[in-house]
Amino acid sequence: MSKRAEKTLLYGILLVASFIAIYPVLRVFGVSLRPGDRLLSTSLRIIPEGATLYSYRVLLLEQPFLRWMLNSTIVAAAVTVVGASLASAAGYAFSRYRFKGRHAGLGGLLITQMFPVTMLLLPLYIMLSKLGLVNTFLGLIIAYTATALPFCVWQMKGFYDTIPTSLEEAAALDGCTGPATFLRVILPLALPGLAVTSLFAFITAWSEYLVAAQIIHDQSLLTLPLGLKSFQSNMTTEWGLYAAGAVIVSVPAVAVFLLASRWLVSGLTLGSVKG
Amino acid sequence: MHGRRVPYLLIAPAAIVLLLVVLYPFGYNVVISFSNMSMRHFRDWSFIGLGQYGKVFSDPGFYGLLWKTVLWTLVNLVAHVSLGIALAMVLNQDLKGRWLFRTLLILPWAVPQYITALTWRGLFHPEFGDINLVLTQWFHLPAINWWKTLTGSFTACAVTNIWLGVPFIMIVALGGLQSIPRQLWEAADVDGASRVRKFFHITLPLLKPVLVPAVVLGTIWTFNNLNVIWLVTNGGEPADQMHILVSFVYRSAFFLYRYGYAAALSMVIFLILLALGVVLLRQGRASESGAV
Repeated sequence: MSKRAEKTLLYGILLVASFIAIYPVLRVFGVSLRPGDRLLSTSLRIIPEGATLYSYRVLLLEQPFLRWMLNSTIVAAAVTVVGASLASAAGYAFSRYRFKGRHAGLGGLLITQMFPVTMLLLPLYIMLSKLGLVNTFLGLIIAYTATALPFCVWQMKGFYDTIPTSLEEAAALDGCTGPATFLRVILPLALPGLAVTSLFAFITAWSEYLVAAQIIHDQSLLTLPLGLKSFQSNMTTEWGLYAAGAVIVSVPAVAVFLLASRWLVSGLTLGSVKG
Repeated sequence: MHGRRVPYLLIAPAAIVLLLVVLYPFGYNVVISFSNMSMRHFRDWSFIGLGQYGKVFSDPGFYGLLWKTVLWTLVNLVAHVSLGIALAMVLNQDLKGRWLFRTLLILPWAVPQYITALTWRGLFHPEFGDINLVLTQWFHLPAINWWKTLTGSFTACAVTNIWLGVPFIMIVALGGLQSIPRQLWEAADVDGASRVRKFFHITLPLLKPVLVPAVVLGTIWTFNNLNVIWLVTNGGEPADQMHILVSFVYRSAFFLYRYGYAAALSMVIFLILLALGVVLLRQGRASESGAV
């Protein structure tokens, strides 16, 4: 095969693959622009005839969408603050110190990744219902922390691993003690890592459906995924509302992901190689 | 502050929270799995030993579910790994605009999973979904009611999950490829090695250290992927047939209120994955040290 033909083939593959990758996204965008009388169109055009922002207007003004967004934000923010603050300390200990129980601790964190969702959700649900916390944000925050915290600790350990230990040694020579070194030297360097970990924890909680579906039933407490799913039960009439909501919800999630995916991947793979 | 105590103090807050929200529920799940707890016996439950585990293994339905779960995991992983590596190899070539393609190709991973699942359910809609529109309008084939047969439903779930899972392997493989020195391939070119030989003797062995953990993670995620199965099939269509183990547990626990049974089945799933994870990681490590 000549060089030219090979390049054409490679571009062809990339074009087809990219088309498949973005088609569903484009489609949802297109549906969100459909006028009310053409929701059930059988046309394959991406931008519909008579494109309009009608669905967005109905969603924002006549549906409790902003309420759902506020609910999701409250829950996700709480989970993120708990996860990131506890993990910034625990991750440092796992990265820098060799102590009894370190291996057991790291192994335990990995093992939680093998739990099927129901493994913690069922007992947590029963515990929450005995404590009267079903149908409360606190209940949902507790359930999300169970998955977010191990993830945050693992990620933060990975970030600290990338900061050379010579920095601490230099600080020690300058007379800086352990806690001061951590707060003044290492933590500032780990801030980008902390930001990335927080963003992922936030987006994960913001995009969770199955746990929320069991813990939250009250209409006024619905989170975004529960609200958007409720449109689906009437897909024929509310397809446009779903699509508009999906676009609004996905934009920040995609942006965060694209900005931070590099760190996520290295955390997931290198972290587990080094152990 | 005494040096020895420092790590424990740093870990203590996280450890206490994890004790309460992970370890305690885990222990409680073990307890429930040995009990007859259900909607009817919620407060007056009692220990019944291994009864629920007996029920799990004596139910012929379990083996069907296990088979479906294994098939589901295999189909997805083979597709993820082969497509992911192939795309990573294309992206690793010296092509103009490849960062743009890279960004577009990650998109499926970036979209929230429940949105992906609900959207694909819409794309598979029997009357208005794009898949059937393409089949009927472009290829003049009859429309398929995806939710009527197990095969249709399985296909819809698999397409959705393959779509969303390829970017992860692609990015991991791309990272691995970029760390392989180009001279290795050039040296093989000088020796006149064929493409196939280069792939199996240079590329794949050198990718293995990054791919093994990614494949282990991918296996666990796919095996446990409740999101896609539940939302794409709307809870197991057709007629509660399209389930993998984890979606069946979810249903048993929260729709049939069979708490003891669901807890036991969760344990079984967990132990299967633990065994699988240990075997895969050990094999990855053995071949790594064997190669040196």
